[in-house]
Amino acid sequence: MSTIRIRARVQGDVAEVRSLIRHPMETGLRKNKKTGNAIPAHFIKQVNCEHNGNKVMTANWSAAISTNPYLAFDIKGAKSGDTVKISWTDNEGKSDSAEVNVG
Amino acid sequence: MNMKRRVFLKGTLASGAVAVAVGAGLLTSGQVLASWPESAFGNRPFNDALSNLHGSADLSDSDAIEIEAPDIAENGMVVPITIRTSLSNVESIDLLVAEGNSPLTSSYQMTPAVAGFISTRIKMGQSSDVVAVVKSGGKLHSARREVKVTVGGCGG
Repeated sequence: MSTIRIRARVQGDVAEVRSLIRHPMETGLRKNKKTGNAIPAHFIKQVNCEHNGNKVMTANWSAAISTNPYLAFDIKGAKSGDTVKISWTDNEGKSDSAEVNVG
Repeated sequence: MNMKRRVFLKGTLASGAVAVAVGAGLLTSGQVLASWPESAFGNRPFNDALSNLHGSADLSDSDAIEIEAPDIAENGMVVPITIRTSLSNVESIDLLVAEGNSPLTSSYQMTPAVAGFISTRIKMGQSSDVVAVVKSGGKLHSARREVKVTVGGCGG
């Protein structure tokens, strides 16, 4: 199952995109309470957003974004049936992507 | 002298890491082009984060930027922040925590296809001004808003 949930609704000629990503977003500052060892940093560095295959936004993130990140933005000149794709890459080189149709 | 050595080391390490990532097939060429601004993130003074990101830390206050955030955040692990701007030709929006150890939380590069609007949730270790920096027409515009944090959410 994808780690990304996207909802895109058209309002006039704007697509309101709301997304949730499942990711720990570890800062590297927290300690394991039992062992006392630092939990290594593990966070999404970049999120790319595409509208009908064209990149419209790149988000560069640090570990200061909350666990299970939420990201909302609006795409202008969109209509029902357009595709919105969101993909992320983290500091361990892992990645995922998901695509939805604007409703 | 020392500074140059730092810059040299940083450059060597950064390009090395990217080369390894490309070699391992982890990144497509598009992702490499839009590189992550290593020198703007992390533990550094507010102005250094901005100038490393934009080449300048000259901000002009703007009424055309609105920050939506709680006055008091009970849980610093999850502080919802929304930035809206009516400025035209928005090139990027940055979200910073002025008194944070690592001030830059995130930076959004946008094409004209995206409206001047971003909403996300951040971690805050302590009460601080939250600063929105909008790059428009090559200039940096900003607005700030104080958020009081009851329980910090960065360490453990």
